[in-house]
Amino acid sequence: MPHPKTVTLSGEAVAARLRASQPEAVRSATEQYVVLEPAGMYEAMLFLRDDAELDGKFLIQLCSVDLHTRMDMVYHFASLAQNHMFQVKVPCDHEKPVVQSIAPLWAGAWLQEREVYDLMGVMFEGHPSLTRLFLWDSFPGHPLRKDFMSLPGGLKPGLSQFPKQKEGQTGQEFRPQRPGTGL
Amino acid sequence: MPVKAAPVEVNIGPQHPSTHGVFRMVAKIDGERIVDVNMIVGYLHRSMEKLAEERTFTQNIPFTDRMDYLAAMSGNLGYCLSVEKLAGVEVPERAMYLRVIFAELQRVASHCMATGAFINDCGAWQTPVMWCFRDRERVLDLFEMTCGARLTTNYMRIGGVAFDIPDEFLPALDKLINDELPKAFEEYEELIVGNEIIMMRARDVGVVTPEVAINASLSGPLLRSAGIAWDLRKADPYCGYDRFKFDIPVGYNGDAYDRMVIRIEEMKQSLRIIRQAVADLPDGAHKTDIPLALRPPAGEAYSRVESPKGELGFYVVSDGGPAPYRWHVRAPSLINLSVLREMTIGQTISDAIVTLGSIDINVGELDR
Amino acid sequence: MTMLLDLITGYWWDARDLSNMTRPLYEFLRDQGVSDAGIFVISALLGTLAIISFVGAVAIINIWVERRVVGRMQSRLGPNRLGPFGLLQPIADAIKLMQKEVLQPASAPGWIYTVAPIAFTVPGIAILAVIPWGRNMVLANLDVGLLYILGLSSLAVLSVFMAGYSSNNKYSLFGAMRVIAMLVSYEIPIVAGLLGIVLFAGSMNLQEIVLFQEEHWAFMIMLQPLAFLIYFFSISAELNRTPADIAEAESEIVGGYHTEYSGMKFGLFYAAELINAVAVSAIIATLFLGGWWTYKLDEFIPGWMLLIGKIYGVYFIFVWTRGTLPRFRIDQLLAFAWKWLTPMALINVIVVAAEVLLWNETGWSDWFWIPAIIAINTALCVGLIVFFVKVFAPKFQRFPTRPRFYPGIDVPSLPAVTPPDFARKGGPA
Repeated sequence: MPHPKTVTLSGEAVAARLRASQPEAVRSATEQYVVLEPAGMYEAMLFLRDDAELDGKFLIQLCSVDLHTRMDMVYHFASLAQNHMFQVKVPCDHEKPVVQSIAPLWAGAWLQEREVYDLMGVMFEGHPSLTRLFLWDSFPGHPLRKDFMSLPGGLKPGLSQFPKQKEGQTGQEFRPQRPGTGL
Repeated sequence: MPVKAAPVEVNIGPQHPSTHGVFRMVAKIDGERIVDVNMIVGYLHRSMEKLAEERTFTQNIPFTDRMDYLAAMSGNLGYCLSVEKLAGVEVPERAMYLRVIFAELQRVASHCMATGAFINDCGAWQTPVMWCFRDRERVLDLFEMTCGARLTTNYMRIGGVAFDIPDEFLPALDKLINDELPKAFEEYEELIVGNEIIMMRARDVGVVTPEVAINASLSGPLLRSAGIAWDLRKADPYCGYDRFKFDIPVGYNGDAYDRMVIRIEEMKQSLRIIRQAVADLPDGAHKTDIPLALRPPAGEAYSRVESPKGELGFYVVSDGGPAPYRWHVRAPSLINLSVLREMTIGQTISDAIVTLGSIDINVGELDR
Repeated sequence: MTMLLDLITGYWWDARDLSNMTRPLYEFLRDQGVSDAGIFVISALLGTLAIISFVGAVAIINIWVERRVVGRMQSRLGPNRLGPFGLLQPIADAIKLMQKEVLQPASAPGWIYTVAPIAFTVPGIAILAVIPWGRNMVLANLDVGLLYILGLSSLAVLSVFMAGYSSNNKYSLFGAMRVIAMLVSYEIPIVAGLLGIVLFAGSMNLQEIVLFQEEHWAFMIMLQPLAFLIYFFSISAELNRTPADIAEAESEIVGGYHTEYSGMKFGLFYAAELINAVAVSAIIATLFLGGWWTYKLDEFIPGWMLLIGKIYGVYFIFVWTRGTLPRFRIDQLLAFAWKWLTPMALINVIVVAAEVLLWNETGWSDWFWIPAIIAINTALCVGLIVFFVKVFAPKFQRFPTRPRFYPGIDVPSLPAVTPPDFARKGGPA
């Protein structure tokens, strides 16, 4: 019987279930997500998909996050029949990011892995046709990486503070005053 | 004696009347049959995910308009929900109801467009698409009345909606949902649903089995046409959708015709939801007073809404700064295309066009 | 009234029959000592000029009519800015098209590419030459008029093939191939459908066919409803109009055979399409709707006006179907020709032959036979259509057209599948 509202399984629960069958697969687990070992991730993903209890037959999405020191692949899985979802992360190297492809398991991963490769430069082992998706083949670099086009002076892209914000200000000073509205 | 001929490569798109923008299929064709399809996307890539890292959370809302420009409200809503989840912002009741009203109106507008364009792909000479445009315009008039914009509305805000509805909105909405749109849907029934030629063209074309639909992460009408009653408004209710009574229309066969009929029925269900929402519309603030300089705590959140195209998800990672550290969009238009190749191989060109039309992609969202 | 009629009757200003105008000319030329052959040549040239002017006017007017009527069907206004009711819009369009640069693909063989649009316009004009406009108004009273029409209407398809083949574009080639496939399929029901009319009238002369209808006080559409339906659908396929416009199928193959044409070459295709539509409407009006004869009405209104009215009536139906229906797929269209129209047309011919034989052999009065034939053929038409629909009902009715409704989510527990082939076997190249 499906839950009336989607239940987000805790990372520990998924990790416990996964450890029972593949003790080596799990690196760590938190409340939100479970971190898999990159080496055995394909088998672990296969277990997540085919396990009767976890039942992650529906790959909601996958993406990657550049954390400056490493890349995290983020997978969201769902079971439509039981109406729950859980999150899985797979860390990989920042300079030469390689993980195993799950496109042979989920057809929906085919395009998304190409997108991640295009924008983040993560290589997927076993992907049937790992080519760029959005950008042309000779495009230099992978634009969503944080070190793509580092600014002169070693500045990293991204917004560390609000525009026009000075030292000591919180940003709240820029709120436009609307007399009478209380806002 | 069979004549052997080498397959011919034909570019369908990016400049083609029925690729819904600048989508491109390179089809290898043997006679009229397609033997291989390669899809090439990215002509509309604006790298919004990168741009968003340089802008504050509030400044990112207009990007979501420009992704699925036919369903800007749904994009706004999905993004705002994800940031609210990340920052723990409560939304007032009135704002929730207004969000529901506008998201459902947007669904009507988007499905009108999808249905009309689909019939055009079936070869009608602009008549259904013009009728659907007429009804879509009526909805867009309401948007203009409320927020001044028709297409890129930029209406939702983190913590509510930008403006409260004007006084003349509710009478106009009442006229729309109780008089004009039901009549228009009856016209669709006569012109489109019972049309034998449309049945011949769209029945058993682009069939998706439920197993493949789940495996390929399909969502929206594509998933429902395959016989799976799955709708995020029911499965994972956001904005108080669990308070409204409505049904999920589900197809039998998973073909293009089912998708079209499901879209028409969903429009009717949307009207049902809007009627209930208008009847219960509470008074109060339309917006929570959030700090303008919103700095959500470091963390991550994934939030999803049922956009007209399917499951529209936003994965937001914050490092405690004023801008999202990483902002990923689960674009249903892109992921629904995962099965395009499987569906079109073996079809004729005509059927491939119908199949593509029934998936209802939006290139702005596909390429982002 | 009688006095007024006497005043105009027989003179050149008697507009009830435009051939009256030629009499003073004929007398003048004869008085000048021009030989009969010379007079024939001069009058033929004048008549041709009249037909071509009519065609030119029709092409201009029909652009406006089509856009306006379809605009009304699509709940929009259509052209309404230039001139009263936007009437000058086609002229502005024509001026624009003439000014445009004519782009020609470098790889397109020159003369075929250039000749195709011209060749496309000729049949439509030439068909109108044999149409009888009044009792004495027919430019070329051919004894094989119907055969001539059938031959010419196929010629238009040939020029479409020329255009598609010479453009050196894959979409154009698709359009050309589809046109040829369609021609091969649809010629048979067209000819077999029209055979019934020839059997009834006993002549292929169009004037004779009109006179037959006048003599027996019945439009041919009453005697031959099935042939009318067959001819109407088949000819709309040959005309490339929806629901059978697969040769130019805009949503599939962009523009089909005229994808690569621009400027006035495209304009010629566009105009010729409308001219052809009018020519076909004229054929239908003449063969099935009595031509210039309309139950004594032609004594009060000039026959050529009635014919033009009928032409535009039929043309409106063409515009109507175009504004309403989607397009068939090519295999469905060909299957429709071979499996539905051809057998129906053949059965129709057999029945008509039997009727004509009995009519001639029994020698009973026409007042018995005409109603009897109308009844038999209407019953045959309805019966055949119902029979074919029952027997060859399409398979798409296996599933209900309405979706199911679920109050909540309901997902069956499905086995996990490995992804379809493309994900494992290398995907797209």
